[in-house]
Amino acid sequence: MKLKTKSRIAVFFLAYITWILITVKFTIPSLLVGLVFSIVTAIVAGEILIITERKFHLNRIIYTIAYILKLFWEMLKANLHVAYIVIHPKLPVKPGIVKIKTKLKRDSALTMLANSITLTPGTLTVDIDKENQILYIHWIDIVATDIKTATELIGNKFEKLLEEIFE
Amino acid sequence: MPNNQIVGYIFICLGILFDFFGVLGLVRLPDVYNRLQAATKCVTFGSAGILIGVFIYSGFTPTGFKSILCAIFVLLTSPVSAHAIARAAHRARIKLADETIIDKYEEDKELKEG
Amino acid sequence: MKTFKWIIGFLIIIVALFINFFIFTEIPFNYKLINVLMFCTIFIMIRVVKGPSVADRIVAIDILGILIIGICAILAIALKRSYYIDIGIAWGLQSFIGVLALAKFLEGRSLDA
Repeated sequence: MKLKTKSRIAVFFLAYITWILITVKFTIPSLLVGLVFSIVTAIVAGEILIITERKFHLNRIIYTIAYILKLFWEMLKANLHVAYIVIHPKLPVKPGIVKIKTKLKRDSALTMLANSITLTPGTLTVDIDKENQILYIHWIDIVATDIKTATELIGNKFEKLLEEIFE
Repeated sequence: MPNNQIVGYIFICLGILFDFFGVLGLVRLPDVYNRLQAATKCVTFGSAGILIGVFIYSGFTPTGFKSILCAIFVLLTSPVSAHAIARAAHRARIKLADETIIDKYEEDKELKEG
Repeated sequence: MKTFKWIIGFLIIIVALFINFFIFTEIPFNYKLINVLMFCTIFIMIRVVKGPSVADRIVAIDILGILIIGICAILAIALKRSYYIDIGIAWGLQSFIGVLALAKFLEGRSLDA
């Protein structure tokens, strides 16, 4: 089967599940309208979801669950950190932009890494340099300015899990 | 009041608390990037908390399904818009705050543009 | 001076929360929660009016969009109507695409690339 066809089928199922979740109604007209619109969506915008071929492993699901749990824990810590900074009368910020190096190559993995870095304590991704595999990161409370220490402190938390999931 | 409604209200109140901290950060912090950090993190987590609280409150009803869908949507999209604004602000040469220590992005960009 | 301003702001917030939660007892609890979020939107409007640069205003509008999703969710359980969350989803989509377009415009690129 071609890759584009696979991607279209995946988009069709995603759109249909979303339709069923939004209109929780199991009558025939509702289901038919959802079917028609899912097919239209899959034909118009279906080729961009899956770009590269990948094999399915059971390990990947376990790593995904671990990643989601870790992401929620880090988000809670990030929120408490921001709350401490905001309530403090003197605003203890020491901001700056540092760069870190990453080993990931795929677009989806880089996007998820950037999103996770944005949601974890004190960091915000500003730009990605895809050719040199460098991420520019705004850090609200700088500890280290050189590239090695910053990579260890920011990137390595999620990089292993994302490498298992996406690569 | 049933148990699940009490747990749902706890989640909703936590979400509102974090929303409030995020908005306070939007007013108090010194420059665009710091404001973006505080506001994005806290308001995303707060709104997702409210939506998860609504899901727990109403159980497996239409409201619950829609709210869980909306929570996934918020968690996926708000970091992306944060990146877009941060990058655009830096390219539009909006200055960083006076407390800033280092700006590696500026150095690299000047090297590239010649 | 900074500490003085901090104390003033803290007192204002405490008094507002006290009036909201303990004075008017006949208002349902859900509406009191919505009042807190409405109080937050006042802060966002301060940033929209005051913001020294364009990027500040875009950030404020983005945050307003995410906050309104929360308000819609609480309205849905306060009035027991599930379609309020649909309004929230639609508002969030519109706000997301609008903020992306504004960011691209601020960066100086054309919108069709």
